[in-house]
Amino acid sequence: MKAMFTFFLKRCLTAIPVLWAAVTIAFILVRLAPGGPFTDERAYPPHTLEQLNQHYGLDQPLPVQYMRYLGGLLRGDLGPSLTQSGRSVNEIIATAFPISLELGAWALLVALIVGLPAGIAAALRPGSWLDHTTMASALVGICIPPFVLGPLLVLFFSLQLGWVQASGWNAATDRILPSITLGIVYAAYIARLARAGLLEVLPLDYIRSAHAKGLHPIRVIAIHALKPGILPVVSFLGPAIAGLISGSFVIETLFHIPGLGRIFVSAAFNRDYTLVLGLVAFYATLVIACNMIVDILLALLNPRIKIKP
Amino acid sequence: MNLRLSDPARHIARRFFRNRMARVALVLLVLLSVMAIAAPLLSPYPYDFQDLDLGPVPPRPGHWLGTDDLGRDLLTRLLYGGRVSLAVGIAATLVALGIGVSYGTLSGYAGGRTDNIMMRIVDALYALPFTVFVIILMVVFGRNILLLFVAIGAVEWLTMARIVRGQVLALKEQTYIRAARALGFSHLRIMIRHMIPNMIGPVIVYTTLTIPRVILLESFLSFLGLGVQPPMSSWGLLIRDGARAMESYPWLLIVPGTTLCLALVALNTIGDALRDAMDPRHTPR
Repeated sequence: MKAMFTFFLKRCLTAIPVLWAAVTIAFILVRLAPGGPFTDERAYPPHTLEQLNQHYGLDQPLPVQYMRYLGGLLRGDLGPSLTQSGRSVNEIIATAFPISLELGAWALLVALIVGLPAGIAAALRPGSWLDHTTMASALVGICIPPFVLGPLLVLFFSLQLGWVQASGWNAATDRILPSITLGIVYAAYIARLARAGLLEVLPLDYIRSAHAKGLHPIRVIAIHALKPGILPVVSFLGPAIAGLISGSFVIETLFHIPGLGRIFVSAAFNRDYTLVLGLVAFYATLVIACNMIVDILLALLNPRIKIKP
Repeated sequence: MNLRLSDPARHIARRFFRNRMARVALVLLVLLSVMAIAAPLLSPYPYDFQDLDLGPVPPRPGHWLGTDDLGRDLLTRLLYGGRVSLAVGIAATLVALGIGVSYGTLSGYAGGRTDNIMMRIVDALYALPFTVFVIILMVVFGRNILLLFVAIGAVEWLTMARIVRGQVLALKEQTYIRAARALGFSHLRIMIRHMIPNMIGPVIVYTTLTIPRVILLESFLSFLGLGVQPPMSSWGLLIRDGARAMESYPWLLIVPGTTLCLALVALNTIGDALRDAMDPRHTPR
């Protein structure tokens, strides 16, 4: 338990330079950009523009602005949004993240429900037609980009059949198409990894012994083989979950879902400096946190991995 | 240069060609590439030729895959788009290859503290949200195709660096490398002449698997309106236009979508088959 705690602490400490680097690179990139948050089609009079810049501290030299931003970040304050007047970046993330999180959770469910059984079934009968079909479908699943699958699903299920809405995030049925679009790629990867992981384990002696001592085959697979066989899937899930819940740029744009991904793209377009930086910091934290949780999970599942303090 | 294949290479090639899927994928890919390269010869229309009076028509003689709402021939735009998508895929992969191989070789060869620090940097970079940076880059610096190569290449080199470093660590202790060092060859010469040629296998495999990822990333950016700009054409851009018009003209989405998927499947199949061919434990089907 103590080892776990020091591990946790150490990970948090190494996360700080990564976070700092992410925010700094993003700061430099957005500030190098031509144009600014207030130079859009509705041209402000010079006086107003000056006031706006003064209000948001954009008239200060860049290093001062940078230090100020870092100071705010340390206090957990991501500043005011520059283009959505009156709303803070914290508020915007707080409203948009639950939406991306929900979409990600549904997609993860799709990925696991489709991917795991497919991978396990394929591993149990390697070389069979079932194996070949599953792996061929997985290949297609990996290769079909969400921006092709999404519109195709919409074309078929909402425009042709009229079963669900083409876009939006209100009714419960609005969750179906985006979740499938987002989840299917992950399902394909999970199927491949589960198959490969199980194929490593199944020929081992202890599985033979488990069969030999007369255990039910389902029990052998579910209890004895699955735990080590699933390890590749677990290590894949770290980055995968981070990717799933941080809001998909394509899918949220495609289905008009007001999540983080769509907000990020429009923030970048509108040069909303604080919103872009805040989202970058949030993404980086999310990725680091997910990877840490997965490393702990892996150590719990695999007694050969020791958490090094 | 010696063009005769060495024995191991011939062995791998034989194993590769024994794989039926790989043969099909290779033929498909060569066909797509040749058609894309020969686009100006195959198509009677320039890529931005509009026929506004014609408007969007479904596939028919003269326009074998139909036209879009501006009356542009879809087959023409698909071929020219293939040129862009494949070129971006290869060019950006080469950028990633260059950075990854030199970084990985240097890190593994140096060893010790330097190696430790260099690999820590790679670990840290892995944690950065790169797609986010690419999006910022493309938004900020205009949608310049050269920048697209560099941005994508800069994202995709990390895994290559790790693979190469692992190879170098293994090679470093081999007798012939020690012999080269004992003969007083410079470090640079040992790295370039003796190490890099001997780890070409895994590098080729990973390169083949990087190309489809890059093509996907380019299409993704073009789809968001951040990549290739009209009237130029790329597969991602065609899919974007197709998705907007799909309600009335579904072929505009289905045709480029299928083409992109086919290319990606072919590239991935070839990559997997190469990996299997090089893996002595794997028995070819």
